Parts: sequence; C-alpha cells; structure tokens
Amino acid sequence: MYSSKEYAEHVKKTSPRSPVLKNSVKAFFVGGAICALGQALFFIYLNFADEKEAQLFVTVTLIAAAAFLTGLGIFNKIARFAGAGTLVPVTGFANSVVSPAIDNKKEGFILGLGPKIFTVAGPVILYSVLSGALYGIILYAVEVFKKLS
Amino acid sequence: MRKTKILKNPPAFISYASAAGYEEHRGPLGCKFDFHDETDLFGSDSWEKAEGELAHTVLSLALKKGGISEQDVEVLFAGDLQNQCVASSSGLYNFGIPYLGLYGACSTCTEALLLSSLYLETSEGDTIAAAVTSSHYCAAERQFRTPLEYGGQRTPTAQWTATAAGAFLLGRKESGVRITEIMPGKMIDSGICDASNMGAAMAPAAADSVFALFSDEKHDISSFDRIVTGDLGDTGSFFLHELLSKDGIDIRDKHEDCGLLLYDRNAQDVHSGASGCGCSASVLAAHYLPMLEKRELKKILFMSTGALMSPSSVQQRIPIFGICPAVVIESD
Repeated sequence: MYSSKEYAEHVKKTSPRSPVLKNSVKAFFVGGAICALGQALFFIYLNFADEKEAQLFVTVTLIAAAAFLTGLGIFNKIARFAGAGTLVPVTGFANSVVSPAIDNKKEGFILGLGPKIFTVAGPVILYSVLSGALYGIILYAVEVFKKLS
Repeated sequence: MRKTKILKNPPAFISYASAAGYEEHRGPLGCKFDFHDETDLFGSDSWEKAEGELAHTVLSLALKKGGISEQDVEVLFAGDLQNQCVASSSGLYNFGIPYLGLYGACSTCTEALLLSSLYLETSEGDTIAAAVTSSHYCAAERQFRTPLEYGGQRTPTAQWTATAAGAFLLGRKESGVRITEIMPGKMIDSGICDASNMGAAMAPAAADSVFALFSDEKHDISSFDRIVTGDLGDTGSFFLHELLSKDGIDIRDKHEDCGLLLYDRNAQDVHSGASGCGCSASVLAAHYLPMLEKRELKKILFMSTGALMSPSSVQQRIPIFGICPAVVIESD
C-alpha cells in the first residue's frame, strides 16, 4: 500500500491533465479576436475622439460588454471554451467583479454584495496597486541616485 | 479487523423517491426521477432555498408514494452540503419529524441509511425512519468554488455537484428490499489537497472499505450483483481499481459509480462525473431500488463516498480525508 504522501504524488502524476496545447490555441484565437475587436472599435472611435479618449472608450466598451454578457449568463459559457482568451483581456476583470456581485445580491446590498464583490478580483487589485507603489519607489530611488551621481 | 454488522431485524425500504434538476434530467437516468424542475429553483428565489425546497419535495413524494403520514415517521436522518446543513433543516422542519442532522460530505446518503437501520434495530413494531440527502449545484458552487457566472475552465478531474435528492422510508415489511448489513467507513488521509480532484481523494477510503469487506470470509465478490460507489467519477474509479489491484482484488466487472451514471459525459460538460449528497441518493432511489424491487438485481453493495474538507481546510493545505461507509442491500 502507498503512504498518503506517495499516493498524492502518484495521483498528481497519473491524473488526466488539462489539454494545455488545445486550451492555448483556443485562448490565442479568442483572446486575439477580442483584441482585434478592440482595435476595430478604436478606429471607429477615432472618428469622434482623439487617440487617448478613443483608447479609453475601447476599454469602457469591452468592460460594459463583458459585464452585460456576464449578467445574461453567456460570458461563462464563452469563457469555458476560451479560458485565458477571455480572462487575460480586460473582459476577464469585468467578469470577475460582476459575477460575485450577481451571486451575492441575495444576501443584501450591504452585507452580501458589498464585502464580496471583490472576492475574485480582490487579489488582482491589491497586488497591482502594491506592485505599482513598489515600482514607483524604485523609480524614485533610481532618479535620486542619478541626480546624486 | 473491521467487519460488517449483520442486522438482526433488517429494515425494508417502505417507500422512496428521487428529485433532480435540469442537467440531471437531461442525463441517462432523466426519465426515472419522480420529479424534476427545469429551472433548478424549485419555486424558490435563491439557490440555498431551492435546495431546501428540493429536500422538502423529495420527502413529500416518498411519503405520498408510500401512503404514509409524517406523524408515523419516528425519526429523520438528513444532511446536505451547505454550511451547517441548512438545506435539510430549513427544508424539512415543517414535517415536524424528530430530526438528526448529518454531515458526511457526499457519503451522507449511506450514513443516513446506516443510522436509520441502526435506529430500527432497537425499535419495535411498525416504526418508520426516514433518510433524506440533497445537494444543489448552484448552492455548492457558491460555497465551495467560484461565483456561478465567473468565467473559467475546470480541470478534467473536477466533478459536477448534482442538483438532486433522494428520500427513503425504512421500516418493517413482510418482503421487499432490505438493508441486511452495515459498515461505517474509516477516515483515510489521501494526502491530496486539490479540491478539483475529489475522486482521487476518496478512492483510498473506498478501497479500504472494499478491502475490509472482502477480507471477511463471509463475503464473496461473486455474491454481489453490483458494487456501487457514490461519486468517485472517472478519475476516482480508475484509482480505486488500481489500489484494489495491489491487494489482488478485482471488482471491475461488478463496479458501477453513481457519479458516472447520472450524466452522459460525452454530451454533458461535467468532466470526471457527478458528485454531491444527492448524487448517490437519487441514483439509488431512481435506478437501483426499482431494479432490486423487480428482482433484476438480488444483492448490491452500496457505498457512498465522501471527501471531508472545507474551502478553508483546502486553502490551509489540510489534506482531504476520504470516507466510505457501506450498506448491503438485498431483495427477498
């Protein structure tokens, strides 16, 4: 008989794995399609706005679309097929905020939705802000060092 | 050595019922359930309430089918997957039956049958005990995994919590289908901390119970028509067969897993198969008991498998403990 440690190792080696190559190809095409859509929107928005505003409008449109599709229960079906293809663009972030919001509405807006809206996106927000701050400090230190030398 | 307990007054199934949700009704056993709801809401406005309603519905059906009043039921053993087993309490309180709440993860169905049998062993006359277990995909998903609308992919070893329930009324009967032997399961440390591979985490517990049972001279694999495990799924069944082969036991000809019967894995995206307290309960009530009643099967070993863990225990890398109680069900 196995010890529990040996068994866990054996299971890790033997259990069926996610089809990484297939998932990567699907993610590449769906993710690429979302980005191409973003680019097309960008060109359209350029007719009404300057470059910076158009970029912003593209992001807002994609977030709104992902949030809307999440609400309709369609986004998770696309994501089940696309995986990282929908997760990596800003669409994934929108979904990760909207889905717990829908899910926890039943427990009330204050005690349900409020604290739980960032259960999925929380780590992304926390560590991106933190790494942004860290990067800022390093950049500042480098600038100071440059001036001194 | 661990042995089964042979019941002196083997209780019979007086009545039983099953109920299921949309995905389960689409599966191969779909037409056999007594009740199903396409919306999975069972007339409620939240998933948690829906599971309570599901448990309520299935016990009502079992009482109705058996022509039994709730006042005639002396005790109710019930459990589910929600925190503090709230689906069982909220769904079943208004029957007014004395209640004993159980938690054995997905093994709760066999645990409830085992305890009902033990209760009846010490009772006289026409005492009736009820066993009810339920699970709901949406309630379990919210509690154990991610929000329902969250877009992500699952591993091939992950299992799909069944939206299903089974209710069983046990008591005295001249002839019929009986629970003749019972054996509680040992908690086995699988060493696995991956909640997406519960089948593999439960397989050592199932292997331990099968091994204990067939190490006993009075049991012979050939005397059973089926050896039914709860919800090992495809991955867990593979590891069960592998673990048993090391002990020189081969049950593959007789083995069926409720987790593999509930859905059509080629047509339904359920990965390794079904799981949940309602999985083995609904399959027993909808599939095996009618077959035993018609004498298409004479004797089965029924062993629901449970993965004992919580979202916090998994995050703290506490290994998942498997458990697998067993009951022998025979028709006479």
